[in-house]
Amino acid sequence: MSYFPLTEEDRKQMLSEIGVKSFDELIGKVPAGLRKPAIDLPPGVSEFELKQYLENILSQNQTAREMLSFLGAGSYDHYIPSAVRHIISRGEFYTAYTPYQPEASQGTLQTIFEYQSMMAEITGLDVVNASHYDGATAFAEACLLALNFNQRQKVLVARSVHPEYRRVMKTYLSGTDFQIEEIPFNASGSLDMDAFRKMLDMNVGCVAAGSPNFFGLVEDLDEVSDLTHKHGALFVTTGHPLSYVAFRSPGEWKADIACGEAQPLGIPLSFGGPYVGYFATTRSLVRRIPGRLAGMTKDRNGRRAFVLTLQAREQHIRREKASSNICTNQALCALAVCVYIATMGKEGLKNTALLNVERANSLRERIEKLSGYQVPFKGAIFNEFVVKSKRTVALLFEKLYKKGVLAGYSLEKDYPELKNHFLVTATETKTEEDLDHFVKLLGKI
Amino acid sequence: MITNLEKKEKVMENQIAGKSSQLIFEKSKPGKRTHLTPNTKSEPAELRRWIPSALERKREPHLPELSEPEVVRHFLNLSQKNYSVDTNFYPLGSCTMKYNPKINEDMAAHPKFAHLHPYQPEESVQGILRIFYELEQWLLALTGMDRFSLQPAAGAQGELLGMMIARAFHRANNDTKRRKVIVPDSSHGTNPASAALYGFEVVTIKSNERGRVDLNELARATNDETACLMLTNPNTLGLFEDEILEIQKMLHQKGSLLYYDGANMNALLGVARPGDMGFDIVHLNLHKTFSTPHGGGGPGAGPVGVKKRLEKFLPAPLVDKKGDKYVLNGELPDSVGKVKSFYGNSGILLRAYTYMRKLGIDGLCQVSRDAIINANYLRKKLNGTFVVPYPEYCMHEFVASAEAQNSFGVHATDIAKRLLDFGFYAPTVYFPLIVKEAIMVEPTETESRETLDQFVKVMEKIDKEAKESPETLRLAPHTLPVSRPDEVGAARNPILTYRDFISQKS
Repeated sequence: MSYFPLTEEDRKQMLSEIGVKSFDELIGKVPAGLRKPAIDLPPGVSEFELKQYLENILSQNQTAREMLSFLGAGSYDHYIPSAVRHIISRGEFYTAYTPYQPEASQGTLQTIFEYQSMMAEITGLDVVNASHYDGATAFAEACLLALNFNQRQKVLVARSVHPEYRRVMKTYLSGTDFQIEEIPFNASGSLDMDAFRKMLDMNVGCVAAGSPNFFGLVEDLDEVSDLTHKHGALFVTTGHPLSYVAFRSPGEWKADIACGEAQPLGIPLSFGGPYVGYFATTRSLVRRIPGRLAGMTKDRNGRRAFVLTLQAREQHIRREKASSNICTNQALCALAVCVYIATMGKEGLKNTALLNVERANSLRERIEKLSGYQVPFKGAIFNEFVVKSKRTVALLFEKLYKKGVLAGYSLEKDYPELKNHFLVTATETKTEEDLDHFVKLLGKI
Repeated sequence: MITNLEKKEKVMENQIAGKSSQLIFEKSKPGKRTHLTPNTKSEPAELRRWIPSALERKREPHLPELSEPEVVRHFLNLSQKNYSVDTNFYPLGSCTMKYNPKINEDMAAHPKFAHLHPYQPEESVQGILRIFYELEQWLLALTGMDRFSLQPAAGAQGELLGMMIARAFHRANNDTKRRKVIVPDSSHGTNPASAALYGFEVVTIKSNERGRVDLNELARATNDETACLMLTNPNTLGLFEDEILEIQKMLHQKGSLLYYDGANMNALLGVARPGDMGFDIVHLNLHKTFSTPHGGGGPGAGPVGVKKRLEKFLPAPLVDKKGDKYVLNGELPDSVGKVKSFYGNSGILLRAYTYMRKLGIDGLCQVSRDAIINANYLRKKLNGTFVVPYPEYCMHEFVASAEAQNSFGVHATDIAKRLLDFGFYAPTVYFPLIVKEAIMVEPTETESRETLDQFVKVMEKIDKEAKESPETLRLAPHTLPVSRPDEVGAARNPILTYRDFISQKS
């Protein structure tokens, strides 16, 4: 057993120094009927055998990279610079604890500070925590914060927000008396303003919408934001963070909270996790933000130092009065985001965002020309868009899958009103040849 | 007196050799690029059509511009300012800072896993579904529960899910009065926070003089409004709740459920199972007991296990086996709903399974045996130098107190900070709240006897310093990049971004 430094001799001597004859004396307080249950599991193996065993199982997977994938819908395959994995694989980072002892954690603390700074720039807001479990939980906690903040009963959430985000929010709110109402989308896939105006009243504490929304559409949120604020509610937005480099940022829409999935910024698909939820807000809400914050200060010798700050919000201090129960978060993923942004740099990020716009639009325009397919929503997009097919999506997907193509995400299950619709994503990882191939296949079916 | 030259040298020394605390923004220079992606090929007119001006970002984000070698050096130098399990001993109570095997990382980075999209067709993800399925079987066998959800991202999220399940269970029984959750005063902060977040009223009960749940207190607190008792066993004093069978009987008789906070499961592998003790809901911290790394604060994973009668409330989807196929079963009409996107922190689940298969049941039993031996060894060796308020055999951790050192004006935190000078991370201090000047020590099974002996020597030296030169402790650490940052100032005047820093400077 390679992970145990104690030798048999050590154990014997230590037990005798403790003053017991056998290990069992140490667990004497465990009631006899409970002690040492028989557990039917196999014994340990060598690392060599282990690796063979696991690789054999993993070989039963066929990954998105082994196929031609146009799947996105909340989890995106972007290019990740090699430097990211090398840096986050440093034991000094990934085997460190939460930086409660600032003197022994300046590395982690400074990277958190830099992550906060970068994400504040990208979202156009003042304060960013580090971090949430994922986009969906960040979204749920954002709505909870807003409702608790202005002591109102209702959250209006756009139906065009990611279905999993809405589902998770519903679960989080199920223990409270808060009500959730869905704002429908109109024929062009955007938020239905007429319906929204009718739904908005003084009981509404929070309005939540996406841009880009789940259909990939970048929405004009000026009016939504204005109306929300006029009614004294808080405005929560969610969206693909890389889009904010090219399109208007949540700050520019005057969002009170911006939240969502930061996975697209340097984190591999990994079958849905671990990812990292970003959560940005305005200065006026800083004392209510859930989760950890790093701040800059000075040490006793006047040196620049970083610490976890405003901890009076957190569970280890406030217990049942805390702003959230979050403790363990996704810190290492936040570090990956920080390193990704630093490595890509200002120009690299902008360029990547534009590449996404280019690939997705170019693909949309070509699919639109194919017979048997329609593009029902024509608005501006970042890197994904909706296609309507003449055939059933399940059949279409199956045919394409057999040809090694993941065509996208079928929308019917979450949106019965969107029969035969699916979501297609094209990031910068798709080449011209990939797009050609896909369009050709679609045309043939 | 420090001369000007010495001052200059000090500044230089801070700037070179990786000691600089310069921000990456301060190292940025316009025009530096890394060229990691191809350029766009579209005409500017086309891009303008795709990004209409009303939707275009107006204020450019201020982001760093550096070359790749500079970025790598920046972060690697920062990494050197951290203590970590790979470089230091962490006697950090309740945190289980054990060694994180390297093979775990290789498996999680494996291209056959890392490039799996969560929405791929089931037939293309049979490998990872099988791993989820087998992992669940292992967790069931180790805990004595009937079904696990792998969805929660962390222990606290597992607790939240547990609260949801408790509420759903009572509701299904038309028992809507149960709005209270009981926690002992020695519990982790997340317990009351999770219960409150989900709208439960928290009732805190005092521990008895043996550091355990006081049965009389518990009887008084429990009634037909009690939804659940949240308990850690062994508790945060490192003591086994030896009246657990009486506790579970009392709670169940009054219609309440029993929740197990698995933060201290490292004591129990092969020793005892929460399922056998009568717990109805269990969460495990895979980043503690099952060796997945702490990552500087996360990510972890907090799977939740339940008894048969609660199975139908688990979040969807669950992984089932139909014939020789693994399927994602989303048809759970009584489910509390989803608590997280997709299926959980898959990469962490894969790491934990790698660890379990490596050790096997014999190795996992050895984990708890050695963890308990190491903790008792340290307890025994430190007892006398430090007050150990509950003088009995502990499980995987124990709590000492700096009460004796207090009379010299030295606090637990000073001892913690001084330990850093000797290359040891600090123990957990001031927790649990019921011990004055608490110093909570959990050595884990992956530390050698030599390291423990060294730790004892240093603790004895620090005790001596407390008596002879308390100032040394109060100003500690002396050898780290910074010492005693001004936390009050940081909270009073929060500088949380580079932009804050710049605007405060000007």
